[in-house]
Amino acid sequence: MNLHSGWRKFLNAFMLGLTAIFAFATVSVLFLILGYLIYHGGKNVNWSFFTELPKPVGEQGGGMANAIVGTAKLLSVALLIGAPAGIFSGVYLSEFGGKAPNFFVRYMADLLNGVPSIVIGIFAYAIVVLPAGHFSTLAGGFALGVMMIPIILRSTEQFLKAVPRTLREGAMALGASKWRTILTVVVPAAASGIITGIMLALARIAGETAPLLFTAFSNRYSSPGFNEPIASLPVMIYTYAIGPYQDWHEQAWTAGLVLLGLVFVLNVATRLVFARKTAAAR
Amino acid sequence: MNGASIVQKHQNLEPVHLGQKDIPLVELPIGTIKPQFKISNLKVSYGAKEVLHGVDLDVFANVVTALIGPSGCGKSTFLRSLNRMTEVVRGTQVEGEILLDNENVFRMDVVKLRRRVGMVFQRPNPFPKSIFDNVAYGLRINGHHDSLSEAVEHSLRRAALWDEVKGQLHKSAYALSGGQQQRLCIARALAVNPEVLLLDEPCSALDPITTAKIEELLFQLKSSCTIVIVTHNMQQAARASDFTAFLLDGQLVEYQSTRKLFTTPSDPRTEAYITGRFG
Repeated sequence: MNLHSGWRKFLNAFMLGLTAIFAFATVSVLFLILGYLIYHGGKNVNWSFFTELPKPVGEQGGGMANAIVGTAKLLSVALLIGAPAGIFSGVYLSEFGGKAPNFFVRYMADLLNGVPSIVIGIFAYAIVVLPAGHFSTLAGGFALGVMMIPIILRSTEQFLKAVPRTLREGAMALGASKWRTILTVVVPAAASGIITGIMLALARIAGETAPLLFTAFSNRYSSPGFNEPIASLPVMIYTYAIGPYQDWHEQAWTAGLVLLGLVFVLNVATRLVFARKTAAAR
Repeated sequence: MNGASIVQKHQNLEPVHLGQKDIPLVELPIGTIKPQFKISNLKVSYGAKEVLHGVDLDVFANVVTALIGPSGCGKSTFLRSLNRMTEVVRGTQVEGEILLDNENVFRMDVVKLRRRVGMVFQRPNPFPKSIFDNVAYGLRINGHHDSLSEAVEHSLRRAALWDEVKGQLHKSAYALSGGQQQRLCIARALAVNPEVLLLDEPCSALDPITTAKIEELLFQLKSSCTIVIVTHNMQQAARASDFTAFLLDGQLVEYQSTRKLFTTPSDPRTEAYITGRFG
């Protein structure tokens, strides 16, 4: 009896320890990546990295201002394409769709989410780049926007579904039509959740490289407007990291650190928005 | 004709002989009460399950009518039929006739109907908006944008909430306590000047003091509108209502003046229920 309970206690402690070890190992991967990035890239983070264009090969220094602006522009285009499509489809799923169409839409969205990003890049190449005859910000933003749709769709659907039925009934009992109820009560009630979903989707696609390789391509210079090839941080990292020069490698590390910082800021901002909204709701 | 015979004329039961004419039915001059809703043979089913099996009942104007009965007896369903909120749930079928001032509610524009027949729910359900915007909501969706502040103040006063919130109309409604939120919901319903106010167990989530405030409020409101309240709480029905309908298993068992129903119920099932032997 005593032996048995001793064994049970040991097993309990052992399993607890095992799960804890894996949990901490997972977290430490993030810290390793961060530490490595800071170690290699931290020393080159300076003002000129954010303000200057890349220097010609062989010259030291220079920055990635064009790629930082480029990433911001690409994300903006992606947002303009992905957010409306995702939100409207999410509203359809949560509020209007019947069983069969919902199953279909949801399943397709999950499949779209699983399409490799390079395939989405080829798709954008075929339907935007080829007809236009050149790489462009719009094509890159389109590819990224398509990737955002399923993420925003599913999060929008979930947050809308979490809005209590009593709120909808309250609005309808006052004579509001269904679309009016959704527009004035349901969506505002879920707004912070929907925004969270959008920000997380942005953070998720900010580092995508493959869809940009043959849509936005890259650019050594600033790209005015939206109709020309444009540099972006992920593609710069890719180009510089496989380049033959030592200072390119260092700049690639720095670009990685800046990109991670951008994603981190997006993430923290999301959480702050969400925390404040939910605190206000209590 | 006195109130008792009006009541009995419209119920689907054997007429009950009151015997003692000296028991006053309601504190209203006899002959002034008139039916606002005339409901006949109301059947409601969710999918294949019928929850109301043909209810006939008249709801009188400017009185408080309580609906009592055990859980699942169909009292909430009955209430929700009156402003067609049953239609919100998919697969609901409603048969029979409901006349509001002799107008068939099923042929009315549902927006107009719900404007005339307001509703307050079991749990306070303020919108995630400011106190002001909550009350103004019904006015805005009905296209009123002028003198909103007067209307909001008037409604909040009618709901006995004005003094507590007048300095903070632009605060979130979620900052209010549960009882305040429920009175806010009443104010929101009152803002469009409904003729009828339906309340679905409005006090079940509230403490006794707040409940007393809301009952007091109902008493004041009935001069300007007809009130139908579903309640689990028999003391509440006895305190706050003029007429009481007892429903059981989707059927109307007894409909009487509240005093009569709680003192000398005519159906043994009513007596069993109000004395706490089941339900």
